[in-house]
Amino acid sequence: MQTAQVDRAATTTHDDRTADRATGQPTISVRGLWKIFGPAEPKIAGSPLLELTNAEFRLRTGSTIAVRDVSFDVSPGEVFVVMGLSGSGKSTLVRCLTRLIEPTLGQVLLDGEDIRAADEQRLRELRRRRFAMVFQHFGLLPHRRVIDNIAFGLEIRGEPKASRLARADKMLSLVGLEGYGGQYPDQLSGGMQQRVGLARALAGDPEVMLFDEPFSALDPLIRREMQNEVLRLHHEVGKTMIFITHDLAEALKLGDHVVIMRNGQVVQAGSPQELVAHPADDYVADFVRDVPKSHVLTLRWIMRDAREDDPADGPEFGPDTVIRTVIHAAATSDKPIRVVEAGRLLGVVDRAHILEAIAGHLEPGQVEPGRVEEPGPTPAT
Amino acid sequence: MTAGTLALRGRRAVALSPRTTWLALGAMSVALYLVFRDQWILPHERDTAVFQAFNAARDNIDEVKRTVPPVSLVLDAIRGTTDWLYTTILGILVGLGWPAVIALSTFLGYAAGGWRTGLLALSGLGVLGALDLWDPSMKTLAVTLAAVLVSVAIGVPLGILVAKSNRARAVITPILDVLQIMPQYAYFIPFVVLFGIGAASAVIVTFVYSMPAAIRITALGIRGVPAASVEAAESLGSTAGQVLRKVELPLARKTIGLAVNQTIMLALSMVVITVVIDGPGLGENIIKAIQVLNVGAIFDAGLAIVIMAIILDRVTEQASLRLDSRSGAGRAGAARRRLPRRLVLGGLALASLGAIGLSAIAPTWAGTVPEEFASLTFREPVNDLVDWIQANLYFLTIGLKDAVTAGVISPIEKVLRSSPFWLVIAIGGAMAAMLSGLRAAVITVVALAGIVGLQLWDHSMVTLASVLVATAITLGIGALIGILAASSDAVSRAVRPFLDAAQTLPAFVYLLPALVLFSPSRFTAIVAAVIFAVPPVVRLVETGIRLVPETLIEAGRASGATRLQLLRKIQLPVARPALLLATNQGIIMVLGMVVLGGLVGGGALGFDVVSGFAQRRDFGLGLAAGISMVLLGIALDRISQGAGRRRLEDLGERAAKVQVHATP
Repeated sequence: MQTAQVDRAATTTHDDRTADRATGQPTISVRGLWKIFGPAEPKIAGSPLLELTNAEFRLRTGSTIAVRDVSFDVSPGEVFVVMGLSGSGKSTLVRCLTRLIEPTLGQVLLDGEDIRAADEQRLRELRRRRFAMVFQHFGLLPHRRVIDNIAFGLEIRGEPKASRLARADKMLSLVGLEGYGGQYPDQLSGGMQQRVGLARALAGDPEVMLFDEPFSALDPLIRREMQNEVLRLHHEVGKTMIFITHDLAEALKLGDHVVIMRNGQVVQAGSPQELVAHPADDYVADFVRDVPKSHVLTLRWIMRDAREDDPADGPEFGPDTVIRTVIHAAATSDKPIRVVEAGRLLGVVDRAHILEAIAGHLEPGQVEPGRVEEPGPTPAT
Repeated sequence: MTAGTLALRGRRAVALSPRTTWLALGAMSVALYLVFRDQWILPHERDTAVFQAFNAARDNIDEVKRTVPPVSLVLDAIRGTTDWLYTTILGILVGLGWPAVIALSTFLGYAAGGWRTGLLALSGLGVLGALDLWDPSMKTLAVTLAAVLVSVAIGVPLGILVAKSNRARAVITPILDVLQIMPQYAYFIPFVVLFGIGAASAVIVTFVYSMPAAIRITALGIRGVPAASVEAAESLGSTAGQVLRKVELPLARKTIGLAVNQTIMLALSMVVITVVIDGPGLGENIIKAIQVLNVGAIFDAGLAIVIMAIILDRVTEQASLRLDSRSGAGRAGAARRRLPRRLVLGGLALASLGAIGLSAIAPTWAGTVPEEFASLTFREPVNDLVDWIQANLYFLTIGLKDAVTAGVISPIEKVLRSSPFWLVIAIGGAMAAMLSGLRAAVITVVALAGIVGLQLWDHSMVTLASVLVATAITLGIGALIGILAASSDAVSRAVRPFLDAAQTLPAFVYLLPALVLFSPSRFTAIVAAVIFAVPPVVRLVETGIRLVPETLIEAGRASGATRLQLLRKIQLPVARPALLLATNQGIIMVLGMVVLGGLVGGGALGFDVVSGFAQRRDFGLGLAAGISMVLLGIALDRISQGAGRRRLEDLGERAAKVQVHATP
């Protein structure tokens, strides 16, 4: 019997929180959010112009629709990724959440509180205590030491020097930068600078952390290291995170939920597996085409119902095990893999299923969790 | 990060914090002053060995000029060429006559900048004629054009050299640095010794004064050409000459156009002042009016200068923008309006030809503006206004003047004059060491000691007192407006026209409003200096704050910082280099104006220079005063330049670029 004890990021997917969402209150709830840049903004509410396509709208009004009727919920403690190419409105969207950019229409709720209704002081209070943001270009103050940069948010909200420096020191070691507190930002590498950015965001003990493409300015190796760092921190501190990226692999790796944006609109929302298995349209399909399915999908997505004649002594795995990690077991055992949850047999995965998944032969609509078509002749056992 | 800031950090690491060091320095200075007050002071003497030596030197040079043929030949050749250039240009302007000059200017204005600029040239020159200031205006224009011609002919190639060769840059940049902090006044004396007084000297001084701008901005333009473009040309096998001709010059065209524009503006600013070495033109009208305190007459001549400045600025600015748009986006728009534009251009060209024909037929009529037309003057209303101010507002203006003079200027002056000279030098050196590093401290001490050597310590302290007061006021006002303009687009838009206008006006003009309000005094010079130096300080502060990266502001806002916190904790600290640069520029400009204030009761060094020209036996005093000004300028510059000079210059260049882009 094999039990895979591997770190969560590499193997098991994040559990589906649909259930959570139905019962608990979402941390952030966005309803019908619009952002329009340009002269048309002030008088646009309820206007039929909002029905126009983006291009027509720009032609008619000289204004740009950056975010168009976006709605989503973010559950407590999850990593929520907004993914899109440049110009898709994702960065505007995340700034609308804390009103760094003032939304045009719609609602943003933080634990049920309407952020758009907050006055300036309340908004400042929210930014000081409930939100924290990590920026693409780090946004570190060049004239302050690393330690003072980390303590900046605490200083802004008026915490005494001794306590804020103590807290900043703790954050410094949390992000693995012990001993660098006295340096200046430009003495650090890009990856280290972003660790400082992370520490600054964590220092205020916020409820929600917003990441605006935090790693796109870093080179690929450092990027991967930082992604793992975020997962580790998420594991340790359990913050709700909203993560903006243009990198699909990053979105799939980090996200419990992923929203794909294009031209200011949400094209598709779902778990990474849903996106890969069921792209909502050609645009998303194009995106996920090159993603190795076996790295994202779990056994649940390719298993078939068990039959009487299936051998009962094949290797066993949980339904949320990523396909990739069972390849070895499938290769060394000539029996089909048994998908087991809480001692109950959910289904069976044949070696052919696995090979098909590795080959990427999972066209949209072909697979559903738990209901897989017969993958051709089953190898004799 | 530059070595300079690292050095700054290194200092932070030493045991004493900067604040403690400053406090200790301050306390020690006060103690030393109290103990040694009124000892080791150097009172002013009318005649000293140094002045006599200078007089003797001048006689020697005169002797050499007379008796050594190569020297006299060279000097005469230079003098003769410039004189010829000036008389030729003036001859053309006079020969064309006023109708043709106006018509041609309108034509040029329209060709460069469309109907607005054409109309500006037409009406502006019309007013010059109407003010009955046509002849002096043409003389001023002729000196300006002659000087600019030489400046550009020499300055642009030198600028290219500076951009291309590091060695040329290493040699030329320090010279430009010194030239830049020299007050306009200090330029005169050496050239008077070599070339005497008169139009030729005026042209030469103006050319020397305006050429640094041509060199600097040209170099900036060439260096601003994207490396990728040059690389592409080189990869195709271009020679250095081809790269220059086909890539760098075309791409830097707009910036070089701007260099010409700035050269002209600086030249005009200098031409007006050359009146003290007997330069021709509108300056004469102003100096005569100042001598009899006819403010109305000063106003007329001042207005004429302002009009000329604006016309020259707009026409050359539009022309340089045109250089750019011709190669790019401007084309489509130009094509649409081509036909009517050609018609107007043709009409204006015909009118110009007609006017030239008219001058040929009736040279006497075209030579002088008709009397009935030349009847505009603001003398009476302005003099009435001045009388009214003197009658009704004097309790205010005099009150302010007396209060500031008695409460601030005199006490500072008294402290400086009663301090032991070595204490002042030591404090200057210590401040330079704290703010700008050891090298700057050495230069400061040497420069100040040089003033002692020139035996003009006392007058320098008087001038320094005025400079300090004016600088404090300038920085206070400038920083306030700059911060407001940086935080509000509305304020920025509102002050921009004033800043633009202020940049085009010759320094001399600033004496005028100060004179109207306060009549000749030390305070008047200070007011003029403040009016003169505030605009660039505002501009630098605003640019510096606006250049603070958006991410930093956003990071602050996202952390929940208030506007005040943003300003105090992010914008001002990050903009520190710009603020230092603003201080530095402010001081240098204030010094230039305070010594110019010698003409309006500023006294001290400025007045010494004026007397140097007025009486032959005071020449030595004037020369020593001129050198003292430069030394004082160098010391003030080094003290305030701050650490990391390079970074400041980068910022200056960035600010210049921002300005270039901000003038569509």
